[in-house]
Amino acid sequence: MTTTAPAVRPGTVPKVAPTRHPFRWLAAGGVVVLIAMAANSLVTNPAWEWEVVGEYLFAPSVLRAVLLTLELTALGSVFGFALGGVLAVMRLSPNPLLSSVAWGYVWVFRAVPLILQLLFWYNLALLYPRLSFGVPFGPGFFSVGTMDLIGPITAAALGLALHQAAYAAEIVRGGLLAVEPGQREAAAALGIPRARRFFRIILPQAMRSIVPNAGNEIIGLVKGTSVVYIMALPELFYQVQVIYMRNGRVVALLLVAAIWYLALTTVLSVVQYYIERHYGRGRA
Amino acid sequence: MIEIEGVHKSFGSLHVLRGVSLTVEKGEVAVILGPSGSGKSTLLRTINHLEKVDAGTVAVDGELVGYRRAGDLLHELPEREILKQRTKIGFVFQNFNLFPHLTVRENVAEAPISAQRRPKAEVAETVNRLLLRVGLSDKADAYPGTLSGGQRQRVAIARALALDPKVVLFDEPTSALDPELVGEVLDVMRDLARSGTTMVVVTHEIGFAREAADTVVFLDEGLVVEQGPPGQVIDHPQHERTRAFISRVL
Repeated sequence: MTTTAPAVRPGTVPKVAPTRHPFRWLAAGGVVVLIAMAANSLVTNPAWEWEVVGEYLFAPSVLRAVLLTLELTALGSVFGFALGGVLAVMRLSPNPLLSSVAWGYVWVFRAVPLILQLLFWYNLALLYPRLSFGVPFGPGFFSVGTMDLIGPITAAALGLALHQAAYAAEIVRGGLLAVEPGQREAAAALGIPRARRFFRIILPQAMRSIVPNAGNEIIGLVKGTSVVYIMALPELFYQVQVIYMRNGRVVALLLVAAIWYLALTTVLSVVQYYIERHYGRGRA
Repeated sequence: MIEIEGVHKSFGSLHVLRGVSLTVEKGEVAVILGPSGSGKSTLLRTINHLEKVDAGTVAVDGELVGYRRAGDLLHELPEREILKQRTKIGFVFQNFNLFPHLTVRENVAEAPISAQRRPKAEVAETVNRLLLRVGLSDKADAYPGTLSGGQRQRVAIARALALDPKVVLFDEPTSALDPELVGEVLDVMRDLARSGTTMVVVTHEIGFAREAADTVVFLDEGLVVEQGPPGQVIDHPQHERTRAFISRVL
């Protein structure tokens, strides 16, 4: 190229000057000052009570509460997305019965507030004191007390999962619809069996749009588990309330909870990044 | 090898195929020409039951495709059997429809492994042989997104051939390609035609039809207007509609 290019005298070709951004620098300076002020107040204002934060951050009761929060999140996500996936496939089915049932489920469970549902499941025993298993409308083989079967943790996990399933169903459905129709057609034309078509060809491509939304939902659920405090379950938020009711260190203990929620969410965000990268393969 | 008899197909009130009959012999290359909306692609898609028919029969290798006949009624076969029939019929799409999350090798190997349950080692050899044949051995581990349109379509052809089908159907295989990439795909198809593969090709490439086709079929408004060797249908068309079409595309 250099040898065939027309000869140009050095110094005659104009160069582009870099664009200056003086206001960007000014704004950046302002932001640095604000951050410094905030950091300074966090460190110097004794009302934050950092020593109390340090004392409770890894206290056994707080760690147990973090574990319960994680457990509820995991149960809610796993069962929520499993049921949501089934609902999404039902909703997309050509069978009008399956599709209507899925639609009805999403309609009801998106309409009723989570907190109301949780109280409802918690109080299921009022409605049905005993649950019996057997032939529909016929004899029961065995029955158990509702209270024995559905304790507070089961009720909370059930409520979270059923609620999450309604949202998960729509996310999964959106992801499946986003896969180009030609993909289904090509897989069918190659004679690939139905289940294989779904799990090997369609779902991995749908995951590209499912994962960012699912990540959002699961991170929302980490914090959403805090509503189960109304069932007196010692998850993170309830636990710090119990502690500060006792010792009056409100701000410090709220800070403990905030730090843990931040940590959990950070871990999930990192996991999400890698999952997205996995399903993004083949697309630059 | 392919026997189509009296096939009708409507989409709502649109009567796309109005009683099409067509026979393609073993080893024959049939090229279907016709204006857009004439039903070419729909006809091709009935051959592997991607499109259901309203009446009439399609048979490949002596076996009705997609249906079981009981007297004058056709009953659709269970999906399992339709899928099995499709493994004998390769299909190449206009838009390639390669699986973007799988490598070239995985794209070609998928159906032989999951639909035909052939052993992986044997399939691996088939894949290597086919990629060599379409000139893409060096791209085996690339993702489709990194290939040119012509390369993608060659992979799609290898993918269709991997099932060792009795016939291969091509639905406008070069229409989505940049003009300079059409040649490499046609080269592969010419090579296939010479090797005795039974092919049905819907295309606008008159040059390919003239050179590689044994039979040219001219379809218009859902009916076969004229068919015969390319020297006849393309160079000396008998019907006015064929003449008008050929003069417009040449």
